[in-house]
Amino acid sequence: MLKIHNLKVKVKGEEILKGVSLEIPRGETHILLGPNGSGKTTLLKAIMGMGSMHTTGSILLDGEEISGLSIDERARRGVGLALQRSPAIPELTLDSLLQMIGNKFGSDGMEEKIDSLNCRYLLGRGVNENFSGGEMKRSEVLQLLVQEPKVVLVDEPESGVDLENIVVIGEALKRLLKPSVKEKKRAALIITHTGHILNYLNADKGYVLLHGRIICSGNPRDIFEAINRHGFEGCMECEKCN
Amino acid sequence: MLAEKARKALAKKAAYGSDLLLPHGVSTVEERSIDSLENLDKRLKEASLLSGFNSDESGRAGSYFQKNNAVIYQKVQEAYRGQVEIMSIEEALAKYSWLKEYYWRNVPVDMDKYTAQVELWGRGGYFIRILPGARVKQPIQSCLLMDEAGECQRVHNIILAEEGSQAQVITGCTTSPSVKEGYHLGVSEFYVKKGAHLTFTMVHNWADDFHVRPRTGIMVEEDGTFINNYILLKPLRSIQSYPRAVLQGARSRARFNTIVYGRHESEIDLGSLIELNGRGTRGEAISRSLGRERAKVMMRGRLKARSNDAQAHLECRGMLLSEEAEINAVPELWVEGAPQANLTHEAAVGPVNEEAVEYLMSRGLSRDEAVSAIIQGFMQVGIQGLPDVLNNMLADILSFDSGS
Ligand SMILES: Nc1ncnc2c1ncn2[C@@H]1O[C@H](COP(=O)(O)OP(=O)(O)OP(=O)(O)O)[C@@H](O)[C@H]1O
Ligand SMILES: [Mg+2]
Repeated sequence: MLKIHNLKVKVKGEEILKGVSLEIPRGETHILLGPNGSGKTTLLKAIMGMGSMHTTGSILLDGEEISGLSIDERARRGVGLALQRSPAIPELTLDSLLQMIGNKFGSDGMEEKIDSLNCRYLLGRGVNENFSGGEMKRSEVLQLLVQEPKVVLVDEPESGVDLENIVVIGEALKRLLKPSVKEKKRAALIITHTGHILNYLNADKGYVLLHGRIICSGNPRDIFEAINRHGFEGCMECEKCN
Repeated sequence: MLAEKARKALAKKAAYGSDLLLPHGVSTVEERSIDSLENLDKRLKEASLLSGFNSDESGRAGSYFQKNNAVIYQKVQEAYRGQVEIMSIEEALAKYSWLKEYYWRNVPVDMDKYTAQVELWGRGGYFIRILPGARVKQPIQSCLLMDEAGECQRVHNIILAEEGSQAQVITGCTTSPSVKEGYHLGVSEFYVKKGAHLTFTMVHNWADDFHVRPRTGIMVEEDGTFINNYILLKPLRSIQSYPRAVLQGARSRARFNTIVYGRHESEIDLGSLIELNGRGTRGEAISRSLGRERAKVMMRGRLKARSNDAQAHLECRGMLLSEEAEINAVPELWVEGAPQANLTHEAAVGPVNEEAVEYLMSRGLSRDEAVSAIIQGFMQVGIQGLPDVLNNMLADILSFDSGS
């Protein structure tokens, strides 16, 4: 469903991604691992078309090139991103934003979605305005739930989130990624450092991004375990890669 | 005496704003008054509607309509007789000898050439009086309309909110669609007596070649409240105004809400001055401005505290929507012999937050929709009681269209 080939990204003249290729079939969830600053967020933003970056290479959504499209066009075609850090928009209430997203993608089950992420008390506030870490993550995932994207990109859904809220977010993502029979299946790429989210999702594949390159891919649990034991540098020496 | 002072000030430049060379003397265009607003020309009905004037008068306590130099309609609804008086300033001065005490008290006649012009050649302007204790639930409306190209409209308004009264006045200043150039000089004096509550909303809809110089002074007595809403969304050639509210009485309050959309080549210089003289006085001056195309916007604000327990806040925020637009925010806090007074300000000028725009686009909004959502929210300063037609117009004008 999502196929990225030889994606290179330059930010302010500096090459952050140095030729990333990956493919996520419909119905699969992939996990992106990698140390701070390795380029994970940059990759997700590049798929969404955000940030003033210079990109080359190809991004195919259902076989169609989307890398030249505007952000909103990509969103309308079914790419959705929950950011690691989202900007505050004091001018716009969360309520109005949800309505606008609903107008674009449909508002079915809106009320129930709001409650499932425990966001009702935030509706009258400016989007992300003085939201706590956990509130911001919940509101991001709520927006994805309304958007119902084909390709679900999630940047560190559990960082800065307490255990109780990890359950809330994990269950919501699970529901989004395991749609009922009549719904279309999605593809997901999720960034995680802690791996907590793996308790809720059935991840099919994992990648390790290091210095702008994918240096390893495979069973996400195995990779995660190896990283826990040897760190990312250990990854470099892993026999699988050599 | 007034005339003499005015004549001496005819060449006196204003403290701010570009200096205008104005025509002298009154134009001789004659207008006839009408018995009913139904007889108002359709064109003028539509123009006035866009400045908030409801020509069927439903939901209004009373109306005043001035076209060019002539008052063509004035009426207080049956239910509000004995609570509200509306008439032209000339009629009021003839009727009430005491009105002289108020005439030119809040605005000096020799302030500058514009006040001088109004004294010498002014015609009309409203006198609105809310009688003691009256609670006027529905808004009183007025419209000052220009329907003659190149003319100069000079008006002198006085609003007197008597003790314990409550009212809301909506004034629209506008042109008929065919009139693109002209001058509007408007002197407005407000007297908010003990315990009175007055909300004054002014909507300006001018055209690309209009020069506008309002001169406004407000006096608030003990426990009185004055709320001023000012809305300017359409382009004009130039406007300069710096209303001054004096909170003389103890516990009196003033709030200014100003929203401005600077477009085309508009030169906009607006401010609000609150002088906090009485004990326990409170002031707030909030402005939001947008600058687009080559508009130049100057947002001034000044708080002057002369009482130790005075508190006031000033907020000037501007958003730039084009490379060439200019916005300057000039907030000033003056404390004069009241070292305990508490004055604060907040000023910010910047572009629309690109990160926020991209964020909204990632939720499927087009760039224009994203910018519209942001600027519409930005311009919300809590102006209460706007007629629906104005709220709709606001939403419409603030729908950002990068192509227009
Ligand atoms: N707009 C930008 N300007 C300058 N440098 C940038 C910009 N965006 C990203 N970078 C740099 O690119 C590198 C990769 O950043 P990125 O945010 O993709 O890392 P990450 O893998 O998500 O890290 P983390 O785990 O800390 O979130 C970092 O060195 C970062 O400083
Ligand atoms: Mg990151």
